[in-house]
Amino acid sequence: MKLTRSVYYRFVLIGGFVLLLELLCRSGVIDRLTMQPPTDMVRDLVLLLISGKMNAAMLKTFVNVAVASGLAVIAGIALGVALHGWHAARQVLEPLFATYYAIPIYAFYPLLIIMFGLGDVPQVLTGFMLAVVAVIVNTLNGLDRVSRVLMKTARVYRLGPIATALKVTLPSAAPYLLTGVRLAVAYAFIGVIGAEFIMSRTGIGYEISFAYNNFDNRVMYPLILLILITSIALNAALSHWERVIARRRSRS
Amino acid sequence: MNAQGWRLALNALVLIVSLLLAWEALFAVVGSQAMTSPLATFRYLAQLLATPTFWDHVEETSRAFFFALAIAILSGLAIGFLLGAHRLSGDIFEPVLVSFYSIPKITLYPIILLAFGLSLPAKIAFGAIHGVVPIAIFTMTAVRNLNPILLKTARVLRLKPGKIIVSVLLPAALPEVFTGLRLGFALTLIGTLLGEMFGSQRGLGYLLMTAIGLQNVPLIMAITLLIVLFAASVSTVLIVVDHRLHRRMP
Repeated sequence: MKLTRSVYYRFVLIGGFVLLLELLCRSGVIDRLTMQPPTDMVRDLVLLLISGKMNAAMLKTFVNVAVASGLAVIAGIALGVALHGWHAARQVLEPLFATYYAIPIYAFYPLLIIMFGLGDVPQVLTGFMLAVVAVIVNTLNGLDRVSRVLMKTARVYRLGPIATALKVTLPSAAPYLLTGVRLAVAYAFIGVIGAEFIMSRTGIGYEISFAYNNFDNRVMYPLILLILITSIALNAALSHWERVIARRRSRS
Repeated sequence: MNAQGWRLALNALVLIVSLLLAWEALFAVVGSQAMTSPLATFRYLAQLLATPTFWDHVEETSRAFFFALAIAILSGLAIGFLLGAHRLSGDIFEPVLVSFYSIPKITLYPIILLAFGLSLPAKIAFGAIHGVVPIAIFTMTAVRNLNPILLKTARVLRLKPGKIIVSVLLPAALPEVFTGLRLGFALTLIGTLLGEMFGSQRGLGYLLMTAIGLQNVPLIMAITLLIVLFAASVSTVLIVVDHRLHRRMP
């Protein structure tokens, strides 16, 4: 009941904010060079999507984000499982994980460009580097919380290390792994778009910065809107899934 | 130093040595076209630090970072306390904050540039919007999870609202709030540097961007090293304080 009330207020407030923005833009308090009215942004976004001009850029960005987050999830879970078993290495790497997100990963992007050229590789790597540590940390966190009874049961059944990981520990740590996946997608998105924005030849990030440099607000604002909607929707979907799994877990 | 302290120090030493070795190995593989060796990079950085013009850029970045961090901390704490103290507002805005945390904020940069122009305020605003969210989220959670007994006691003692915040709420919420501040510090730094990489004519971010344009590998490596050293060492200190605060709490 309370939740629905807060959802209702949230929509009213966001709706009110958009309406205010619309009024400020229409009345000329915010001039057209600074910002487009929201309704124009939506209309231009629909027109842009129908025209298909941005299809190549969108495909590029989304494929790169998918590759970066996919690689980060696979590598992150594998490394997390490996480190969980290798205590000494984990102790050494723990401070690195703790300070990792204080390091501006974008600062490495120029080096990646020089090493791999101005293709997809530096962008995917930037997304990957930003995402992988979140997956490792959450995998370790989940594995730490697997109950000891389950591990003992696995030993009673004489499961090997790989079978134990696949059949017992990973399913039991699923909610934490999913948190890792959600963060991986968000960080891969941030990494890839940021890299495209800094320097690249294609992708939505590039198109936004290109439109900005040409004062082309009728392309820039719809694209920004597209990125915001996509990343918020992805994040909301994944955290909904996370909640469903956590709820199922607490019931059983 | 006790046994645990020595073990931590040893681990840190092993980590630093292995990172340097990995860097050296990578250098051996990719060659001097793409990167510089650790020793050469430290030397180049030392040279840079001896140049007065380089310090102008450092000063510019520090100034922007300082203001951005101050704004992020003050507004983050204010938002966090308000949303934490008022349950309904917290429920309304929490998902908004979390979504804002997960969007690529770099796409908002053109809007900030259009609003603030190519100047110091744009960088500050960009740094601040990166840092404010974790501070607000952690403060909100901390205030929400406070033990209600504390507030009741404060009310029984008839403390004034200002006094309640300063001597009850703030100390009790401090460990969690500090974690938020630590993350806020890191993100504000990233935001400020990103801001400088685009609309700016001065600062370390600008220098990095020109170095990319000129393919000046030693300069890119040296600036990257400086930023990483700064971020990693400050964040290590903050983590130590963070652990202390958390351990002190029952």
